[in-house]
Amino acid sequence: MKFEKKDILGMKDLSVEEINLILETAESFLEISTREIKKVPTLRGKSVINLFYEASTRTRTSFEIAGKRLSADTINISASTSSVVKGETLIDTARNLEAMNPDVIVIRHSAAGAPHILAKLLRQSIINAGDGAHEHPTQALLDMMTIKEKKGKIAGLKVAIVGDIMHSRVARSNIYGLSKMGAKIVLAGPATMLPRNIEQMGVAVHTKLEDAIADADVVMMLRIQLERQNQSIFPSLREYSQHYCLNRNNIKLAKKDVIVMHPGPMNRGVEISPDIADDPSCSVILDQVNNGVAVRMALLYLLTGGNE
Amino acid sequence: MKLLLAGARVIDPSQKMDVVADVLLENGKITQIAPSLAKTLDTKSSGKMKTIDLASMIVVPGLIDMHTHLREPGLEYKETIASGAAAAVAGGFTSVACMPNSSPINDNRSITEFIKRKAAEAALANVYPIGAISKDSAGSQLTEFWDLKEAGIVALSDDGKPVMDAALMRRALEYASSLGLPVISHCEDTNLSGGGLINEGYYSTILGLRGIPSIAEEAMVARDILIVEFTKTSVHIAHVSTAGSVRLIREAKKRGLSISAETAPHYFTLTDESLQGYDTNFKINPPLRSIDDLAAIKEGLADGTLDAIACDHAPHGRTDKEVEFEYAACGISGLETSLGLSLQLIKNGVLSWPELITKMSTNPARILNLPKGTLKSGADADITVIDPQLKWTVDVKAFRSRGKNSPFHGREMLGRAVLTIVGGEIKYDGR
Repeated sequence: MKFEKKDILGMKDLSVEEINLILETAESFLEISTREIKKVPTLRGKSVINLFYEASTRTRTSFEIAGKRLSADTINISASTSSVVKGETLIDTARNLEAMNPDVIVIRHSAAGAPHILAKLLRQSIINAGDGAHEHPTQALLDMMTIKEKKGKIAGLKVAIVGDIMHSRVARSNIYGLSKMGAKIVLAGPATMLPRNIEQMGVAVHTKLEDAIADADVVMMLRIQLERQNQSIFPSLREYSQHYCLNRNNIKLAKKDVIVMHPGPMNRGVEISPDIADDPSCSVILDQVNNGVAVRMALLYLLTGGNE
Repeated sequence: MKLLLAGARVIDPSQKMDVVADVLLENGKITQIAPSLAKTLDTKSSGKMKTIDLASMIVVPGLIDMHTHLREPGLEYKETIASGAAAAVAGGFTSVACMPNSSPINDNRSITEFIKRKAAEAALANVYPIGAISKDSAGSQLTEFWDLKEAGIVALSDDGKPVMDAALMRRALEYASSLGLPVISHCEDTNLSGGGLINEGYYSTILGLRGIPSIAEEAMVARDILIVEFTKTSVHIAHVSTAGSVRLIREAKKRGLSISAETAPHYFTLTDESLQGYDTNFKINPPLRSIDDLAAIKEGLADGTLDAIACDHAPHGRTDKEVEFEYAACGISGLETSLGLSLQLIKNGVLSWPELITKMSTNPARILNLPKGTLKSGADADITVIDPQLKWTVDVKAFRSRGKNSPFHGREMLGRAVLTIVGGEIKYDGR
């Protein structure tokens, strides 16, 4: 199958066939990262720009390693949105980058829709590495790859996503992606963290963690952003952790072979208790990170016409 | 100078007129309307009369847009009074009222006088300034209403910045009532809307854009209605966008309160579904709402709850719109598409011709106490001639407005103003 997409903007736009192709390609790349010499010449001569308007360690590093393992030249640009408001516009920055002829531009931005501006304007492939509270497709793909790896399938599984759904691009991308692949999705969080009409995305919605994780095959805990406390969407971390922290006790409600995921960075003791996070019998958090490199290698490969 | 508009369908709701007739204009005034006037005049008139054949056209009292932003002084890169007035006449408007949020704000006599002088120099549409309710529209201290009125304002509003302090709003309505000045309220509880970008609902959820809930508008509509009832004053509600606001205003009117209200063409034409491409030309405040709200707006227009259609003309420069969605300015350059979009209400059976003209001319004149909106003998010869069958395509490059920010670019339209006459002079001829 030829990969036809120019850009990866969101899981909303990907078909089941495209998702399968990406995951299969990623699985075939996993092995490269285990070699002694972790490099193949596949993308030699190609260049990838990581344009990050928001702080990120994991995602940026993951993209950089993905590019380098395929022998692409990777260039990291950290820009701050504050200077963007006053200084050079996103469009001007993008035009300048385009003029230097990269092959792929990876962008992370705090404003939802920012990657879409670039995709419309530039001839290069754009990968959305997270735009505001909108989408984070590479995270959803690595999550799906991890679920598939651990469970052998996605269809029919019950996946609980718990936390601040309102502000979570990870939740949105996973809802789109996992629904397409046939999973049943259940959300939980206090009502202040559940965006309006979210049930129209085809998910079940609960306000209690226990109701959502009951009989779940997969539990995905979202990071609580500490600064949200000031926006009155929850009174205190203390109270939040008492009711929405996944721990030894409440995890018993889930299936025996449940896997626990977290997109990172974790707030230990807030949304996830340390002994769950570190328990190799259920936690797959580091597998997610490992698969992240493979998924991003797959996308760089497919977008630059690797499988033609 | 005499001008005879011959053979058109003449619709004037101010005198319940809807006939095929000739209209005679003399020295800037309307002097006669009668069928076959041309023949009787031909026999005795001198050669100085110019006759324009308008068979199959519609002649109406000059359209009035009571809610525009002309940006001058201070923001001339977005619009000037001259370019805004040119856009007005090209869109069929003989009069516009302009909101005070220029830079500086129109909160004192000298700004009002400046606007009037610039409008006189442009000599296109009549421009009626609206003064600020509070100094710098900061919401803390009333402006000098008497002084502003003497300088020529026709209404008061802090449009763009709602008056959040209910006590200040109460004082403004009371003080304005003693002068007979209308107060136009931009209803938005900014605690509820804070940081919001589009209507709160399914689309804000899937797009990850912070929502502006309908209750942000409705809470303040309800507050203003309560103040009006308590103080026995009047208020005009600007740019109504939600079903809840329509319901509140309908009930208030039923109870006999002195409330009037306007909506804008985009609220009965588009919904928040169109935000899916993150196109900043669709970003406005209040935001495009749901399909249910759109239906309620149409009902409100049909049953008279909504008195006026005003386009909230909000021209912006490219730099204001060609940025990330959340940094983009709100607003639509609307004067040149307002009539075309509103004519769809007739096609869709929401309004009759006289009802539409009532909302675009008669009522705005009544609400703002303007000596306009009528074709009665002796009235100013402000007239809009509409070709209801003219097919055209919206092209922002052809806008007279400096603001090219329109979500309607490329849209097919049916019907437009082909002749705009202000004070007996042809200010726009699109035939």
